[in-house]
Amino acid sequence: MSDKIMLKTEHLGITFGGLKAAQDINLNIKEKELYGLIGPNGAGKTTVFNMLTGVYKPTTGKFYLDGEDLTGKSEETINKKGIARTFQNIRLFNNMSVIRNVLVGLHNQPQFRCSPFESMLRFPRHFENEKAMRDKAKELLRIFGLEEERNNLACNLPYGKQRKLEIARALATNPKLLLLDEPAAGMNPNETEELMETVRKIRDEFNMTILLIEHDLKFVSGLCDEITVLNFGTVLAQGTAEEALNNPEVVKAYIGN
Amino acid sequence: MTSCFEKIKNGFVGYFGNIKRGFKPKYYINYAVITLFLIINIISQPKTSTTTLLANIGIAIILAVSLNLVVGFLGELSLGHAGFMCIGAYIGTFISNQIFNTIGSKVVVLILTMIIGGLVAAIFGYIVGFSALRLKGDYLAIVTLAFGEIVRNICMNIPAFGGAIGLKNPHRYGNNLYIVAFVMVLVMLILIQNLIRSKHGRAITAIRDNEIAARAMGINVTYYKLFAFVLSAFFAGVAGVLYGSFNSIIKYGDFSFNKSIEILVMVVLGGMGSINGSIIAAALITFINTFLQNKLPGDLSALRLLVYALILMVVVIFNNAPALSKYKDKYSLSALYKKIYAKITDKLYAKHPDKKQAIIKDDSASWSSIPTKIKMDEVLSTDINTSETLPGGNENDIDTEGKRDE
Repeated sequence: MSDKIMLKTEHLGITFGGLKAAQDINLNIKEKELYGLIGPNGAGKTTVFNMLTGVYKPTTGKFYLDGEDLTGKSEETINKKGIARTFQNIRLFNNMSVIRNVLVGLHNQPQFRCSPFESMLRFPRHFENEKAMRDKAKELLRIFGLEEERNNLACNLPYGKQRKLEIARALATNPKLLLLDEPAAGMNPNETEELMETVRKIRDEFNMTILLIEHDLKFVSGLCDEITVLNFGTVLAQGTAEEALNNPEVVKAYIGN
Repeated sequence: MTSCFEKIKNGFVGYFGNIKRGFKPKYYINYAVITLFLIINIISQPKTSTTTLLANIGIAIILAVSLNLVVGFLGELSLGHAGFMCIGAYIGTFISNQIFNTIGSKVVVLILTMIIGGLVAAIFGYIVGFSALRLKGDYLAIVTLAFGEIVRNICMNIPAFGGAIGLKNPHRYGNNLYIVAFVMVLVMLILIQNLIRSKHGRAITAIRDNEIAARAMGINVTYYKLFAFVLSAFFAGVAGVLYGSFNSIIKYGDFSFNKSIEILVMVVLGGMGSINGSIIAAALITFINTFLQNKLPGDLSALRLLVYALILMVVVIFNNAPALSKYKDKYSLSALYKKIYAKITDKLYAKHPDKKQAIIKDDSASWSSIPTKIKMDEVLSTDINTSETLPGGNENDIDTEGKRDE
């Protein structure tokens, strides 16, 4: 972990009418850090993710990726600048094969640029790009152990592999920051264990900064370097996993008095 | 000079070398079948009634495949395809009436009018798409439907287009226009299939499968929606020009809502997202239509519209009823195709069985290869207490979804 700050949010907040869904969120995520975002149901975790990926436009505050202000940019632009995400309910391209899902992720890479007309008339560049893209996609699938299934339809994969494919697809966009929205939801303990390994491997092999939402506290405390606890749209506690989880406010929010 | 020549030569060698390297017989079979069909027809020198039918089939194929790009691959329902065809037909015929005497060459005029007609339709496609593609599902269908009706009513009211009587078109291209129609079918197939089988085609199908995820992957959704829509409108315009060139009079009634539905029926019948299916369905429906028109006496010919409905019902039931799935596996066109393909590859790769394996495997998913190996002991050992994380997940989900829809 270096001291360079990858994602910085300043007083980030959003209101829907009178509802303050998220307020005054300040995060400082360092490069190569595993950062956790937890909180009870309806605390505004996914709302924060949606702001960071451009689905919602924040009403107050700003956020910076690697020093660059990305507040209010569109989803496409933010993805091109280097934030990729997975979804809470899996959103794969179900009627496409596994390798095509990853190839869609590679779509915007500058080295594979090629206009539609070049593809329609089959210029040499089209073939070169296709081959390079396929090799890259196969490499990514190999890392996630999905190479054998690459020609199956994505919807026919078992649940755990669909999760992995979603992460592989997000990594194909070559992000600086990866947002994982409840990656362990619906997984059994064995799968969760395996996922922890995978997430660590991603951090080390891709030099990735990762921000994740999770309800499984064992998963979070075992994995994350630092966590932030949200409740009713505001920050309840910040710090290392042990500090934050032993905070009396957090205990109160989760268990009650 | 020599370097320039060598550059071109290298370019050509590289171009065809690349095509050879990525060669999959499956992808090129429709070109071969259509070319063969066209050659047989040219050699046999058909009667006038047959050439009319052939030209209509060619036009129907162009319309169906171009609509399939929007409905089947992009996943947006458009009911205004006849409107784009109308623009192409009127503009093309009008221009060819104006410039025919100054230019004089049939082929030049035809190509010129096809390009202009297509481009004007594409411009209208851009205008409609730019404003309407923000809408989804039924609303887009209603707007495109209105567009089709507006266009044909405007065309009826322009005096230069002949008003309600229709735009007269001296039948100057002769009976061999069906050859042009089929050459255009081939050109369109090459362009659209190449587009679909490239990264841009993947982006378009990704938008169909999950627009939110496509956006999150950095795909410019607006650009690709407009691109597919405009390309589809362009080919509809070209088909309209061909239709106009073949008929001696163009009436605004030819481009009614029924025409749009007829094209949509072809797409649905052939299978959304299947180009070969659209080709077969377009040819079949046009053939049945003409056949019944000739055979049924007088007023009974209106009954042919009933046949569409019957065919559609039978096909939908045959494809979806679980009780018929046994027969579907045995007697469907894709089963027949698979059988023929297997026989051909058996012969082609008799000496290298390993190569044959590679070709069959390197294809998109087939239903028979679904991974069904669920490890039962793992399922049974799942900690039931983990279910407490699930309701939270669902609740948050509804939250996200609801807000997006607003």
